[in-house]
Amino acid sequence: MKLISKIGLKLIIAVSLTTVLILSIYAYLNIAAQEDVLIEEVERHANQLSETIKKSTRFDMLANRREHIYNIINTIGEEPNIRSVRVLNKLGEVIYSADSLEIGTMLDKNAEACYVCHAENQPLEKLSIGDRTRIYKPDIASSRQLGIINPIYNEPSCWEAECHAHSSQQSVLGVLDITVGLQPVEKQIASSQIRVLIFAVVSIVLISFIILMIIRRIVDKPVKELVKATNTIAVGNLNYRIEYKSSDELGKLGESFNNMTKKLSDMRQQLLQSEKMASLGQLAAGVAHEINNPLTGVLTYSSFLLKRTKDNPELQEDLNVIVRETKRSREIVKGLLDFARQSTPKRNRVNINEVIERSVTVINNQLKLNRVELKTEFADLPETTADYNQLQQVFINLLVNGVDAIGSGGGTINIKTYVISLSPYGIKQIKQASCPNGHSLIDNDYRIEGMPSLKVKVKSANVEGIINLDPVYGKFRHYYGVSIKDDSDSYFHCPECDVLLIDKNMRCPECDSPVYSINIPNQGEVRGCMKQGCKWQKWESIDQRGKQSYIEVKVIDNGSGIPKDKLYKIFDPFFTTKGQKGTGLGLSVIWGIIDNHNGRIFVESQVNKGTTFTIRLPVI
Amino acid sequence: MSRNFDILIIDDEQVILDSVVKTAKLYGLTCDTTSDVKVALKKLEQNSYRLIISDIMMPVLNGFELLKEIEFRKPDTPVVLTTGYSSVEHAVKSLYSGAIGFIPKPFSIEELSSIIHRGLKYGDITKSMQNALDQSVFYVPCPAKYYRLGYSCWLNIDSDEYVTIGATDFYLKTIGNFNKIEMQEVNESISQGSICTRFISEDEEFYHHLLSSISGRIIERNDQLLTNMSLIEKDPYFNGWLYKIIPDELDQEIEYLIPCSSDRI
Repeated sequence: MKLISKIGLKLIIAVSLTTVLILSIYAYLNIAAQEDVLIEEVERHANQLSETIKKSTRFDMLANRREHIYNIINTIGEEPNIRSVRVLNKLGEVIYSADSLEIGTMLDKNAEACYVCHAENQPLEKLSIGDRTRIYKPDIASSRQLGIINPIYNEPSCWEAECHAHSSQQSVLGVLDITVGLQPVEKQIASSQIRVLIFAVVSIVLISFIILMIIRRIVDKPVKELVKATNTIAVGNLNYRIEYKSSDELGKLGESFNNMTKKLSDMRQQLLQSEKMASLGQLAAGVAHEINNPLTGVLTYSSFLLKRTKDNPELQEDLNVIVRETKRSREIVKGLLDFARQSTPKRNRVNINEVIERSVTVINNQLKLNRVELKTEFADLPETTADYNQLQQVFINLLVNGVDAIGSGGGTINIKTYVISLSPYGIKQIKQASCPNGHSLIDNDYRIEGMPSLKVKVKSANVEGIINLDPVYGKFRHYYGVSIKDDSDSYFHCPECDVLLIDKNMRCPECDSPVYSINIPNQGEVRGCMKQGCKWQKWESIDQRGKQSYIEVKVIDNGSGIPKDKLYKIFDPFFTTKGQKGTGLGLSVIWGIIDNHNGRIFVESQVNKGTTFTIRLPVI
Repeated sequence: MSRNFDILIIDDEQVILDSVVKTAKLYGLTCDTTSDVKVALKKLEQNSYRLIISDIMMPVLNGFELLKEIEFRKPDTPVVLTTGYSSVEHAVKSLYSGAIGFIPKPFSIEELSSIIHRGLKYGDITKSMQNALDQSVFYVPCPAKYYRLGYSCWLNIDSDEYVTIGATDFYLKTIGNFNKIEMQEVNESISQGSICTRFISEDEEFYHHLLSSISGRIIERNDQLLTNMSLIEKDPYFNGWLYKIIPDELDQEIEYLIPCSSDRI
C-alpha cells in the first residue's frame, strides 16, 4: 500500500490548488489594501511635512530672507528618507532646493512634479491631496518614490511685502515639491508577502495531512477490506463477509457486496443441488440399466426352476420367495427410474389410512432406531381418487422429516385422519379463470400463499393499474397495484384485451357498488364487489354443490420445530433446514403432489415444541 | 452354410442370452445368440430366423439402428426390442420404428414366452399372407381413419374431447386364445406405451400385454368385454373397443402413431 493512495493524492492536489488560489486572491487583496493604507500614511505624512515647510518658511518668504529659507529646506532635506525638497516658481524654475545643484534649473512641464497641473492646456489652480501626489520610479533599479506638491497661493501679504516680488494678479506663486522614498513601505509589503507565503505552505501541508488521515480512515480501510473480500471470494470462499460497517456510500457498497456474496453462495448451493439431482437421475438410470440385466437372470432362472420342480412343494415354496422378491426388486428399480424421470401420476381409488399404514411400515425401522413413538388415530375414511405411490411418497417424506426434527433424543409422532365437510367459500381455489375473449387471468408470477393469483386491470378516469385477486373463493388477500379511491367509475378489465369484466345487470347487494364477473371455464363465473374492502363474492355453480367432504391428515411431531422466519420458505424448492443432509426438494415435491390432487398442505410450527403438517384432500 | 433358427438373440449380457435360450428350449425352439451387433448382421445375411430379440442399448449400433438394418436385409422378420432402461418412451419408439413388441427387463419366463409366441405367430401370418391373394383372409385391417401404435393398439378420434382405443385384429390373431382380460379402472391415467390391457391364456401360461396408443385419463371402459370376450374378436374396431380416453397430449403423441390409411395401397 502506497503511503498516499491515489485518491488521496488527487484530493490533496485539488485541495492544494484551491488553497493556493484562494490564498493568492486573499493575499493580493489584503496586501493591496495594506499598501494603500501605508502609502496614504506616507502621503499624509509628506503633506504634513510640506505644509510645515510652507508655514515655517512663510515668514522668511515675506521678509524675503532667501538664505534662511534655503537653510530650512536644506536641513529638512537631510532627513534620510526625504529625497528632495524644492520650491518652484510658476515658470518651472527651481528656486530653492535641498540639492543645491538643482537651484536655477528649469523643469519641463511634462516632468513628474508639473504634469498633474499642466496636463491640460490651462494649468489647474486648486488640487485635492490625491491629485497632488505622485508615485514613480526615477529609474528601474531604485525603489519607488512618492512626491507631493504643495501650491503656494498668492495672498495680500505677498504683494504688499516690501520686496514686491509678486504682483496681485497671480493666484499661484509656485509650488513646494517634496519627494519621499517608499522603501520602508516596500519592505513592509515584502515581509507581508513572505508571511502569506509561509501561511499558504503551512496550510497546504496541514490540509494535506488532514485529508490523508481522513482518506485513510474512511476510504483506504474499507477499500482495502473490499479488495481483500473480492480476492477471497475470487478464490472461492463465498462465506466471507465484510466487517466494515458505516452508513456512508462505502458502507453501503460493503453491505450490497455482502448481499451479493450471500446470493452467489445461495445460487451455488442451488446449482450444486440441482446438479446433485441431475447426477442422481443419471445414476439411477445407469444403476437401473445395470441391475435389470442380472435381475432378468435371477427372475428367469428362478421361474425356470419353478417350472422344473413342480413335484417338490418344499422347493417350490423357496423358489416362489425368490421370484416374489426379485419382482419386488424390479419394482424398486422401476421406482428409481420413475423418480429420475418424474413419472406420470396414476390415479386409483385409495383409502388414505391404508396409504399411511403402508408408509409407516416402510420407515418403521427408522422410527425404532430413533426411538420415535408413533401414535395413530384413524377415522373411517371414504375412498378417494388419488395416486397411491405419490401419496405414499408424501407420507414417507413427512414422517422422515418428523424423525429428523426429533433427532436422537426420541419423541413422538402423531398421525390423525378425519373427514371434514367444508363449504367451498374460503377454501375452493380458483385454478382457471378467463375473460369473455378467452384470455387466461391466472398470474403465475404473483402468488398469494403460494397459489397463482388472478390478474385484472383496473381503469378509471385518472388511474390505471393491476390488481392481483386472491385465488381462494371467499378470501380477500388481494394485492392492489394501485389504490382505488373512487369506486364508482373504476372498473376491472382483462389485462390482455381490455374487455370489461363487469356485470352490468348487477350491483353489490351489500354496498351497491359495481360487480365484477370472471369466467371460470366449465364452472360458471365468480362475481364480486368492486369496492376495495367490501367482502362480497359469489360463485354460484360451486355454492350449489353445497359442502364438500375433505379428508384431513395431521402429522404432528414434537421435534425441534421451524423458526417463523423460515416457515414460509419450507415449500420452496431447494430450501432445506437440514444443511448438507437434505436436498431441499422433499417438501416442494410434496406440495406439488398435493396441489396436483387439488388438495392443500398447511404447516404450523413452534420452535422446540414441534411441527404439525396438515394435508387436506378432496373426497372425489 | 445357411442354417435355419427360430430365434436370434442379440444382447451384450450373457445371462440374458442364456435366459432367453432356456425359455425358448421349453417350447423346443432353436436359438442363435450373439453379443456383437456386427456378427448379428452377418448372421442375418447367412441364416434365416423366424424372430429376432435384441437389446436397445448396445455399442456400435443401438436397437433402433439395428431395426433399420434388419428392415433393409430381412424386412419380414419380426423383431422384439428389450432394454434395462425401460421407459414408455422406449416402448413407443420401438413400436413406431417397426418392432412388433417391446419387453422391459427384467422379464419373467411368462412375459418372455408370451412375446416369443406372439412374434412367431406374427411371422407365420405375414409369411402366409405373401402366398395368398387376399389379406382379409388372415385379419381385418383397421378402418382408414384410425391410427395404430405399431400393429397392436388402434386409436380413433371420436370427438374433440375423447378418443377410443382398442386392439387390432392382427394383434388379436397373433396372441391366439385367451380366456381372461385384465383392464384398467375408469378414472385411471395411462401413458402412451404403458400396459393398458392384459390378455391371459387359459392355464395362465401367457400374459399378452397391449400397450396403450395414447396417454390420458380413462373415462369409460368396455365392461362388456369382461363377460363376453368373444366380442373383441368378432368386432375389434367397433363394439370391441377397450377404453374411451381424454387424451393429455394428442397432438404430440399422434406423431408416433401410424395412420391406418397407409395400410391400403
